[in-house]
Amino acid sequence: MNALIFSAVSGVIMMFSSFLLNNKNSVRVLAHVLLLATIIANIFELRGISFFHIDTRGMLEFDRFALLFTLVANVCTFAFFLLSSRDLEKIGNHYSDYFSLLFFILAGIVVSSSFKSLLMLFLGIEILSIPLYILTGSDKRNLKSNEASLKYFLMGSFSTGLMLMGIALIYGATGTFQTGITVAEKVPVLLITGMMLLLFSMSFKVSAAPFHFWTPDVYDGAPTVVTSFMATVVKAAGFIAFMRLFAEEFGSIRPEWKLLVGIVAAVTLFIGNITAVFQQSVKRMLAYSSISQAGFMMLAIYSLSNDAKEGLILYAAAYSLATIGIFAVLVRMKDYTFEGFNGFAKQQPFLAGILVVFLLSLAGIPLTAGFLSKFYMLKATIDGGSLALAIFAVLMAAVSVYYYFRLIQSMYFKTGNATISGTTTGFKYTLAALAGITILLGIFPNLLTNWLYF
Amino acid sequence: METVPLTHILFVSTALFCIGMYGLFTRRNLITMLMAIELILNSVNINFVAFNKYLYPYKLDGIFFVIFIITIAAAEAAVAIAIIINQYRTHQSIDVEDATELKF
Repeated sequence: MNALIFSAVSGVIMMFSSFLLNNKNSVRVLAHVLLLATIIANIFELRGISFFHIDTRGMLEFDRFALLFTLVANVCTFAFFLLSSRDLEKIGNHYSDYFSLLFFILAGIVVSSSFKSLLMLFLGIEILSIPLYILTGSDKRNLKSNEASLKYFLMGSFSTGLMLMGIALIYGATGTFQTGITVAEKVPVLLITGMMLLLFSMSFKVSAAPFHFWTPDVYDGAPTVVTSFMATVVKAAGFIAFMRLFAEEFGSIRPEWKLLVGIVAAVTLFIGNITAVFQQSVKRMLAYSSISQAGFMMLAIYSLSNDAKEGLILYAAAYSLATIGIFAVLVRMKDYTFEGFNGFAKQQPFLAGILVVFLLSLAGIPLTAGFLSKFYMLKATIDGGSLALAIFAVLMAAVSVYYYFRLIQSMYFKTGNATISGTTTGFKYTLAALAGITILLGIFPNLLTNWLYF
Repeated sequence: METVPLTHILFVSTALFCIGMYGLFTRRNLITMLMAIELILNSVNINFVAFNKYLYPYKLDGIFFVIFIITIAAAEAAVAIAIIINQYRTHQSIDVEDATELKF
């Protein structure tokens, strides 16, 4: 509850700050301070101290899982602010509005990760999506950005329609919006149909195949800073909502959907990885890589064990930190293609080294957080009884090594003049800190996962 | 007095849902596509009210959900129209076929 109220109020404050503060720097500092306050308030709640006591009638439940994910999302957003807030201001003139939209997205993330009622799921997903439509199109003079927001809006509202139809059918079958349905021996057809519609619409939101068509275009067209946020924190939030929905609402009718989710996970892994191999632009490659990582996160929903829950949190943190780091460098590059990175290591050896850590983490090489999070997913899948799916996931992870290492190859082993601008010392140290966290989580994942239990 | 059975109302709402879906996939004018989306949302509203009235008349859950849907739909329409106006300014048309910057 703390994080929800803090981030919503911060959003409103940021909205008014545009005419109270006429200095870009002070707006940026204000955003950082407000986000820091949100993080601290959330840590207080994790320790059991809640500032607000509001009766939500059981529609929201702030359990450990939700609070811990909120913390991860907020910390990743803070890293995003530290690295990319200057680039955010370059999009257009309304810089304080972008911050306020980001805060509203954070509020939506809190709601959609702690819902106990389908009404709150719907509201959370919408609070999270609508500001994103605006942010995607925020580069108003750019045709690509414009078109991306158009596509994103059409796809997003279509999937919202599916989700609502699903909720309506579930309401018809059970008569309640509270999660945790109980069924007699025969599952009603209405319930199954509603569940399928919800599965489809959530797959749209997290861009799992075969509902991923919008993802590369939207991620490519949106301003790169926004893509960095959209592909990481928001996607992870979608997965947390997905996980909660299928663990709590449909946990009791698991045999009905387990196979389907397994197929979706396998197809997502396949399409994401295979298509990423053929990309020439690093930005598009990262878009497809986000699809393939989504396939891995689908494995958590497939298996639904405690390991899967821990793993999902760890995965969200590892994937978000690494991708935010890579995007922060990519924003400052002049050329977004692989050739644009040729000879990068000669000019910026420090930054290149840090990028390698992030890429290794995404590829799942040991000693990085990416490895352990993939390990958790595979362990949960095997415990869930599907060895074949786990083997397939490992094969696909091996494919993913190709396109991540291609970037390393062009940085280190090819000659060229990669051009990067605006790398300050602070920027480098923040990136180094992110890389440090990635390695630290890869050695001691308990630092994060233990918070789930005490 | 003879009442309308639930199945008839569900038939109407499903038909509306399908018409909306069809419109979204076949129309190329953005305003018409927006209307198709509204049609989908309204079919869901009919569903909610019908289920509430016929199956669970002692509580008002479904009706309240409808109010939330209407509010969100208004917010979505506002954003959509902003996007469409922006599109019109750059392309001088609101046909999706003209938006071809992003090719894969």
